[in-house]
Amino acid sequence: MEFTKLFELIIAASLINNFVFAKYLGLCIFFGVTKKMDTAIGMSLTFTSVMVISAGLNWIIYEFIMKPLGLGFLEIVIFIGVVAGFVQAADTIMKKVSPGLYYRLGIYLALITTNCIILAVPLENVSSGYNFIESLFFGLGSGIGFSLAMIIMASIREKLELADVPKSFQGLPISFVITGLIALAFLGFSGLITL
Amino acid sequence: MSTTPSYWHLFRNGIFGENPVFRLALSLCPAVAVTSGLKNGFLMGIAVLFVQTMANVTTSLLRKFIHPKVRIPSYMFIIATWVTVTDLGMAAYARDVYAQMGLYIKLIVAFAIILSRSELFASKNKVTPSFFDGLGMGVGFLLALVIIGFFRELLGKGSLWGYPIIDTKPLLIMILPAGGFFAMGILMGFFNWIDIKFFGGKGASGAGGSHG
Repeated sequence: MEFTKLFELIIAASLINNFVFAKYLGLCIFFGVTKKMDTAIGMSLTFTSVMVISAGLNWIIYEFIMKPLGLGFLEIVIFIGVVAGFVQAADTIMKKVSPGLYYRLGIYLALITTNCIILAVPLENVSSGYNFIESLFFGLGSGIGFSLAMIIMASIREKLELADVPKSFQGLPISFVITGLIALAFLGFSGLITL
Repeated sequence: MSTTPSYWHLFRNGIFGENPVFRLALSLCPAVAVTSGLKNGFLMGIAVLFVQTMANVTTSLLRKFIHPKVRIPSYMFIIATWVTVTDLGMAAYARDVYAQMGLYIKLIVAFAIILSRSELFASKNKVTPSFFDGLGMGVGFLLALVIIGFFRELLGKGSLWGYPIIDTKPLLIMILPAGGFFAMGILMGFFNWIDIKFFGGKGASGAGGSHG
């Protein structure tokens, strides 16, 4: 029972309510880094892990610090502070412990703090009232959905290099139209699971 | 900025020269997310206008006290504070709209455009120019949202600001997520086309490569 619920949560967060195609979040990163496949993959890995960790971290802080003190109204300030602090810490630790990984993923870490999608996960967790495990799985599902979106987009954009696009549509405009088409396809997932 | 441009110039720059949505391609998420109707787009624009202006003014006032090493986190906290003010204000006075787009109001805090104006402009300029820079950027953003909202509501629901305008069956797709992307792509293409056709295509926004 519990397991099915978690599985449904992942499916719902990654496919049905995909952050990019159904909620329009993280678009700036989405369009910024999907020019090349390997950057897209690097970004996906970084994002998914940061999302899961920040979901857990923020849940603990919300439940054990903000709730007892009645600080719910400060959620924006506190969450952004926690994410920024955590990303900074991860940056420093990674540089010391695993320089190889740092040089591959470090540049993405810097971009993460100002990204709406990372902040959206804890905010959604709070407003949906998920418990600790559910929060983690929601973060994971969202991360998988975002990775999926980026990898699909990156592979299409690689093909797009060879296409003859009208001059005024080159670059972002055509990417938007393609995203619209993928979003239409993702619409097919709606109603797959009713939570 | 070595020379001090006129306030009108600063204001105009945000609307035409560096329009946040169509030219700088920053803060795209809300531009697509809340523009399924004219009213939502307008209110979102107002919220951003307010936060942008106030954050610019605050940053400018505090620019001598903030150590350069901790400037980014400091700006984030300034912005987060003003977003909280907006968020609570909207929750109190515009409940029906807030129910629809509360999440996106909270996410104003992560808009690249606001942080980038604090960093690039307000941290180096006096209070009054920063105020006008914020105002111009905010109005530019508001205009972009209103334009997108206008087309999407007109085509998708056949109405404007909730009042019915067209009688025929509307194109439902325009108010769905996919339609937001289409509208955005086509409008951007249109702005680029104007740019190429009439201004020689100096600053086409097609380059992309933005974040936030």
